[in-house]
Amino acid sequence: MSELLSMGGEGAYVWPAYGITLAVIIFNVWAARRKLANALNDARRSTAAEQPRSQPKVRQLQ
Amino acid sequence: MKLPRWFHLFGSPPFVYRLAGTLTPWLGIVACTLLIVGAYMGLAVVPPDAVQGEVYRILYIHPQTAYVSMMAYVVMAITAGIGYIWRIKLAHAVAVSAAPIGASFTFAALVSGSLWGRPTWGTYWEWGDPRIMFETLLLFLFLSYLALRAAFEDRDKADRVSAILAVVGVVNVPIIHYSVLWWNTLHQGPTISKLGSPSMATEFLIPFLIMVAGFTFCFYWLLLSRLKAEIVERERDTRWLQDALQGGRS
Repeated sequence: MSELLSMGGEGAYVWPAYGITLAVIIFNVWAARRKLANALNDARRSTAAEQPRSQPKVRQLQ
Repeated sequence: MKLPRWFHLFGSPPFVYRLAGTLTPWLGIVACTLLIVGAYMGLAVVPPDAVQGEVYRILYIHPQTAYVSMMAYVVMAITAGIGYIWRIKLAHAVAVSAAPIGASFTFAALVSGSLWGRPTWGTYWEWGDPRIMFETLLLFLFLSYLALRAAFEDRDKADRVSAILAVVGVVNVPIIHYSVLWWNTLHQGPTISKLGSPSMATEFLIPFLIMVAGFTFCFYWLLLSRLKAEIVERERDTRWLQDALQGGRS
């Protein structure tokens, strides 16, 4: 195990390279999920805002 | 030219949204499996390299992330071009989704390359190496594409103006690819894509190719995940999306 970690003294280069690549993948997954959740929330709120707008207009004119 | 009818489905946001929803979990599973298997083989199974020792194990992620960064740019340029010429909004949505993924993979390729360069070439960064410089330019192209879009309030205008930048910048991709042949520099020549026989032993080649496949699936997984969000943003007030949301709620 320690052999795998030290990588013949080159672990200091190998592991950060893999770590950063993994971090980039995880960041992309997280960012896409957050973007979708925000977009869905916005879309839901946009329905909620539109429904009352269509009804009372007529009444105000009377 | 008359396009087949099914082709038009790919311009339909509800169809693509549903298709992306079906495909993303599978792409994710395949990508993660290949990346885990490939990384395990590359890190723990294959023996150290006779010349480079252990540090060559970075070469199971560095060329792959660099290749994804270039593929992301080509996808972005082609879809932005299609969107510009045929005014297909969905094509622009794909281009926008590819940009941040491409930028982050370019960053990963530059960092992993520099970590490989220190023990191998004796330097983290070499200003005189064309491939490093053009890959850095690729990062700036992605970032300028995103910055340019952010400068426009109107999405349609952002789509059209940024598409021009995306298409013009694509000349950088073949330059990155051929830079090792055109200039004699630190970067080595092509290893895998050489016609005939690739100059890598089968033992090393298998995890290398597994990682290539893994990163390819990973890119399309991330692209479709982002595309879903982008479609919801753009189609916020459309009937089909509102119906889908209502349906999901009840």
